[in-house]
Amino acid sequence: MSLLVATLAIGLIFAILALGIYLSFRVFQVPDITADGSFTLGAAVVATLLKHGWNPLAATVAGMVAGALAGLCTGVIHVRFKVNALLAGILVMTALYSVNLRVMGSSNTPITARTLFSPLEELAVRTFGRETAILGRSVPSQDLGILATTVVIAAITAIALVLFLKTELGAAMRATGDNARMLRALGTSTDRMLVLGLALSNGLVALSGALFAQMQAFADAQMGIGVIVLGLASVILGQSLVGNVRSVSLAVAGAVIGAVLFRLLVALAIRMGLDANDLKLVTAVVVLAAIVGPGWIKSLGRKRGAHAPA
Amino acid sequence: MLRLDSVRKTFNPGTANEVRALGGVTLEFAPGSFTVVIGTNGSGKSTLQGAISGAFELDAGSISVDGTDITRWPEHRRAQVVGRVFQDPFAGTSPELTVAENLALASKRGKPRTLAPLLRGAKRGAWRELLAQIGLGLENRLDDPIGLLSGGQRQSITLLMATLTNPKVLMLDEHTAALDPRSAELVIGLTTRLVARSSSTTIMVTHSMQQAASLGDRLIAMHRGRVYLDVSGSEKRQLMESDLLALFSQMRRDDRFDDDACAMVAAQYR
Repeated sequence: MSLLVATLAIGLIFAILALGIYLSFRVFQVPDITADGSFTLGAAVVATLLKHGWNPLAATVAGMVAGALAGLCTGVIHVRFKVNALLAGILVMTALYSVNLRVMGSSNTPITARTLFSPLEELAVRTFGRETAILGRSVPSQDLGILATTVVIAAITAIALVLFLKTELGAAMRATGDNARMLRALGTSTDRMLVLGLALSNGLVALSGALFAQMQAFADAQMGIGVIVLGLASVILGQSLVGNVRSVSLAVAGAVIGAVLFRLLVALAIRMGLDANDLKLVTAVVVLAAIVGPGWIKSLGRKRGAHAPA
Repeated sequence: MLRLDSVRKTFNPGTANEVRALGGVTLEFAPGSFTVVIGTNGSGKSTLQGAISGAFELDAGSISVDGTDITRWPEHRRAQVVGRVFQDPFAGTSPELTVAENLALASKRGKPRTLAPLLRGAKRGAWRELLAQIGLGLENRLDDPIGLLSGGQRQSITLLMATLTNPKVLMLDEHTAALDPRSAELVIGLTTRLVARSSSTTIMVTHSMQQAASLGDRLIAMHRGRVYLDVSGSEKRQLMESDLLALFSQMRRDDRFDDDACAMVAAQYR
């Protein structure tokens, strides 16, 4: 039960990552690999600022802003200097590796100060004592506090994103990924939309990294490796659940549910004996299968159909 | 008043693919006028559209609207004064967005996109009326994603979107060429009604000689990057489809004459 609570909490933190990837990959149709660096950047900034006695909320917001600046760099390199979006992301991601080491001063920074999770952790312990019984099993109350915090933050983020995508600016961003020529003909710079969108996307990814670091009580220079694939897996899984819908709220809900579900599946697979070292390989294969699979199955069906008697 | 002054544009200069698309075109379009532009393939009529809408930078010359020089304005800034409908019926609308959202984006043409909810204060009643006059039952589909609609329906809505804010210039780029005959007729009918009501200076490029003969108060024929014919008033009204077909044969004869003349001169120097 304790494992389930922790898994749900991690899933909800990765839901925020998935929302960032949804924005870059689905809304703008740009596979933005900056995410691998900005996830760590969010973690590194929050860990360092907490060490210097910052307020947890301020430190988390600062981590998010740092991620947004990273996304801004990728966007500007792409639209201003006409560098391929994928390459622009790779450049910024690579640069961020050094930036993150500089921010932390070492490859690993422990977090010992109070975090964003502390208030609800303490409240849970005060209310329920050290352990709480849920469905007859004992769970550390602290974990419940963490889960409650992630629920609140993920919900606020998801609702804010849906509301944002329905504003003039948000709708213009959706139109940029959908039909850039149309938006230019309506008087909006699609370059500006893309830069802002990538900044927002990486801000969300960094927020996810900042929360993840606070939960595991340390930031690490390697922790962002492969998060883009993790986010993609969540987005694609979520999309397969809610269908290829055009409703913004459903698509966002799908990304959140996909992230949590993916985390649960991973926990289950590891429990059933999957070596955690193989996890990234398995994730990559699953994402590839999810992207290629549907088209492949369709073409198989067509071929079979062609052989069928008329 | 839209004014083009000695506009020149050559594509791929200095290469084997060099195309002199506009060779110093000077034109004035009176406010509220409706000009039809025709021309052979490669005559420069599409380049003329691109020059006005800012699709590329000019080699020389200038373009101004009501005295404001817009030559250096990027494409998205030109959209403040230029409304456009493309040949591709799917190019003017965003399929993932609903009909209402597309109209709302168009109603804020050229304005900064803010954090205000897109559909707050939406003029749904007015939009429904506008959609109703298309006559395809679209007035009840404001909240459907526009991607569900047909090419003719989407092109009609694009036309509404282009005229919604009464931009100073309206450019129609062969906007019925990719539609089936029935949809094309419908869109032309809507075009006539909207243009008659609006104060926009309208420029319509077309391949259809029937449209060229029956629509507009001025006709410009482009040929080899230059204005070959420019008629308006009663002269334009008297133009028949057959006259325009004759004009095209004449332009082709001129082409052949040029080629033959070149060949003759070349032969003498060989």
